[in-house]
Amino acid sequence: MEGLAPDLWPPIRLTIELATTTTIVLLIVGTPIAWWLARSQAWWKEAVATVVAMPIVLPPTVLGFYLLVALGPEGLGGALSGLTGRRTLAFTFEGLVIGSVIYSMPFVVQPIRNAFEAMGSRPLEVAATLRASPLRAFWTVVVPLARPGFLTAAVLGFAHTVGEFGVVLMIGGSVPGQTKVLSIAIYDYVETMQWREASLLSGGMALFAFVVLLAMALIEKRVARVGV
Amino acid sequence: MIFRILAALAVVTFVAGPVDAAETKVAVAANFTEAAKEIGVAFKRKTGDDALFSFGATGQLYTQITQDAPFEILLSADDERPKKAVADGFGVPGSVFTYAIGKLVLWSKSPDVVKGEDTLKTAGFTKLSICNPVAAPYGAAAVETMKALKLYDTLQPKLVVGANITQAFQFVDSGNAELGFVALSQLKGNAGGSRWMVPQDLYKPIRQDAVLLKKGAGNTAATGFMDFLKGPEARAIIEKYGYVFGSET
Repeated sequence: MEGLAPDLWPPIRLTIELATTTTIVLLIVGTPIAWWLARSQAWWKEAVATVVAMPIVLPPTVLGFYLLVALGPEGLGGALSGLTGRRTLAFTFEGLVIGSVIYSMPFVVQPIRNAFEAMGSRPLEVAATLRASPLRAFWTVVVPLARPGFLTAAVLGFAHTVGEFGVVLMIGGSVPGQTKVLSIAIYDYVETMQWREASLLSGGMALFAFVVLLAMALIEKRVARVGV
Repeated sequence: MIFRILAALAVVTFVAGPVDAAETKVAVAANFTEAAKEIGVAFKRKTGDDALFSFGATGQLYTQITQDAPFEILLSADDERPKKAVADGFGVPGSVFTYAIGKLVLWSKSPDVVKGEDTLKTAGFTKLSICNPVAAPYGAAAVETMKALKLYDTLQPKLVVGANITQAFQFVDSGNAELGFVALSQLKGNAGGSRWMVPQDLYKPIRQDAVLLKKGAGNTAATGFMDFLKGPEARAIIEKYGYVFGSET
């Protein structure tokens, strides 16, 4: 849009806000799911795990399409946003958070689940014999033991949300400060032949991706050396 | 099952038409999507040649053309990019002509929402959908209209921006935006809702020009399509979709 070209910061700030919020929500929502997936004996748990993992395989357009309808006035999102006097969750930051949580869920749940499974039930049994309440055992035993898993989950969830494009393009509406995240800003710049802005942001993204992946590799290496 | 597939393939092979049928790749501004598809069918019926369409915002298509996209014709939504294509060495000089003049409409899916320019002045809505004004001429016309009414600054916080006019339409059609600026051609066969034909004095006429690109200069299917676009069959379709036929003016 007009006048926005010189201002590269709002999309960067917005992207960081979105990725941070999404990561926090995912750690809160994803941990119980990962716990259940790691410990449950239910025969249908792999079906749930599959549903969680589906965004990896589905084109973002499928999610974007469903979300556009679901967030709209005829969907659940419209009903929810009606409470705050709005008619749709599309084009809003909250809408993007919902989309990102679904889209990045597998990248958070899987590492945490792996960490829980690797831990086994032994530490909890020991904690129980020491009369630790389940909640206390979780915070003092499980969380420290699964810390590398949580760290991987947080980094991946954050990075994957930063790298989101298709879903945001379809439900975002490119609203400055609300939904115009980095990937959308780059798309707009390329579409309108503003190569300089596009390459600045793209270069930054490439650097970011490199740093994240390198950090991941180093974390894993350290974990392998120290042991879980 | 396998037999059926083979049979289907055989039918396709035989029906595929004259061996010398050629094809041309045409980049089409999103507002012209439906009309172009219909023109493509009529073109095929008349010449046996295929027109393969790629749809997008004019700016996006132009960016692709500068990066060596395989397009042979550009059906732009403005009269600037085709000129620029020739000036920048991508278009064939002398091939530019206006194929259609588009109309901008303010549209809502609900009845009684759009009642002329007062709707914009009272602004009793939360989201107004347009398409990217830099990349898409209909978006530029929408902004021009709001500026002419001196409402752009107040309406700007309510704008949601589609990547192209198809998305701007779809934001309204899915109910996520109450109303939006769309192309009249997109409302064909859609009598419901409420609409306001934006008066022509509020925005510069959307002259949609076509240009033959250098990649298509030697392709008879491409030059044939350019000619077909000026002819009576194409004209009937273009007018059916609510455009003013280009050569008229």
